[in-house]
Amino acid sequence: MTGFLTLLYKELLRFWKVGFQTIIAPMVSTLLYLLIFFHVLEVHTQVYPGVAYTTFLIPGLVMMTVIQNAFANSSSSMIQSKISGNIVFVLLSPLSYRAIFFAYILASIVRGLLVGMGVYLVTLIFFDIPLLLPLWTLLFVILGSAMLGALGLIAGIWADKFDQLAAFQNFIILPFTFLSGVFYTIHSLPIGWQYLSHLNPFFYMIDGFRYGFFGVSDISPYISLMIVAICLMVISLLAIRMLKIGYKLRY
Amino acid sequence: MLPAIEVKQVSKCYGNLCALTDIDLEIHSGEFFALLGPNGAGKTTLISIIAGLSHANSGSVRVMGHNVTSQYQQARRNLGVVPQELVFDPFFTVRETLLIQSGYYGIKGNADWIDEIIERLDLADKANVNMRALSGGMKRRVLVAQALVHKPPVIILDEPTAGVDVELRQTLWHFIQQLNQDGHTIVLTTHYLEEAETLCHRVAMLKAGKIIALDSTQNMIGKMTSGNSLKLRLLPDTLPPVLQALQISHHNGMYELKIENYAHVEFILASLRSENNQILEMHLQQPDLEDVFINLMKHDRKRAQ
Repeated sequence: MTGFLTLLYKELLRFWKVGFQTIIAPMVSTLLYLLIFFHVLEVHTQVYPGVAYTTFLIPGLVMMTVIQNAFANSSSSMIQSKISGNIVFVLLSPLSYRAIFFAYILASIVRGLLVGMGVYLVTLIFFDIPLLLPLWTLLFVILGSAMLGALGLIAGIWADKFDQLAAFQNFIILPFTFLSGVFYTIHSLPIGWQYLSHLNPFFYMIDGFRYGFFGVSDISPYISLMIVAICLMVISLLAIRMLKIGYKLRY
Repeated sequence: MLPAIEVKQVSKCYGNLCALTDIDLEIHSGEFFALLGPNGAGKTTLISIIAGLSHANSGSVRVMGHNVTSQYQQARRNLGVVPQELVFDPFFTVRETLLIQSGYYGIKGNADWIDEIIERLDLADKANVNMRALSGGMKRRVLVAQALVHKPPVIILDEPTAGVDVELRQTLWHFIQQLNQDGHTIVLTTHYLEEAETLCHRVAMLKAGKIIALDSTQNMIGKMTSGNSLKLRLLPDTLPPVLQALQISHHNGMYELKIENYAHVEFILASLRSENNQILEMHLQQPDLEDVFINLMKHDRKRAQ
């Protein structure tokens, strides 16, 4: 247990020491998104009856921030350790591959939650956002950040260079996030796109998360929960498997 | 007695290229052991397999009786490794680095021992400095300290003195000798043969993934066929006929003569005196590990041709 807690502590300390870059900066950029969308779109759209666009948008933006930061945390920690070579200290130690997995994932969840919470608290100053079912919100934000943490771990282990990691981020994570209904409800999409959106696991994460705020969602939160849980399990098993066989870590 | 490290029939290939072929090696508890060999001989690969950083294609490795794959946790608790490259985590100070490393091994309340290694490795005034700000030599010391946080009975050092100044080399060797006297088994790889010669009990020489020699340092030197020799620069530059049978080489005006024992020196000097030959320069040459090394490498190359 001490070994796991130490690695977790190290992972937390790693991003905490550069908190300006890892917590404040992503908060600011998310709030900028909000500011821009607020000015441009507030008057035009009302997504759910009685829910103003900005109010609708905020949970989506919070979840997007959580997703991006959870992914960034495990992936950049892993690739930096690999490239600078200091991953050897973890590999030489008796830490089990499960301990390594959980420490990285938990640190990702914490970072995601910290940034997401920061954005949410700031927006509370300016907007009145309902939070009808906080437990659903919490459940989805934890599962979502865990899933992205695990994806980040996989990407960090797989990538040999920073540009490969950037490709993973820009061509997989970012499109999946933007096309998941962060900025809109999928009911506003043409039928074909609606169908495609249902193949995107990120959609269920954001939809379920939003359900916690408004008590309304595009699809049943139970279905979303099941799909997110299954995705998390599959991705985690893959990441654990990679750590177990030492894929690209123990040659 | 339980061997500290037991390597059995280990092979490691990357595609068609084999870094190690059928390595068998047993390092006893309490030994000070050197792994020598030219670059690319497979030293680091062997160390990586022992440390679990790399998986062998076949064969088995045990550290203090624990298999490095099936009982990896026990095996790694018994092993401290100083990697060859100067790696460090730029986010932390020296003390943080050591506390974290000790935590990885599941050790709590290790501050006293960490203070002691910091002290013994002369890191005290750098303890709270970020790793980034340290010089290469200091980083090397931290690497050694990191390998010792869990007091492992077996310590492997992969070229610990590469790129290190003379003073640190001395401190480091002194410290490592101390550890060996305290009962730790030490395995090192080095390019400085004189170091292996003065420090190590036994030596294995690796070449192209195979152990080509394995013996005590003394025996290894004793096996040298050339034995001792005497180098002379003479005036006039001619060797008396009685001595010609002893001549090994004549290079840049230096005669190298083979001697069986020290009494032989007197015979050579007497012969020179009777011929009125003046000695301008004289060296007594004893075989050292370097000669053994070069001989073995040459021999191997000839055989290969």
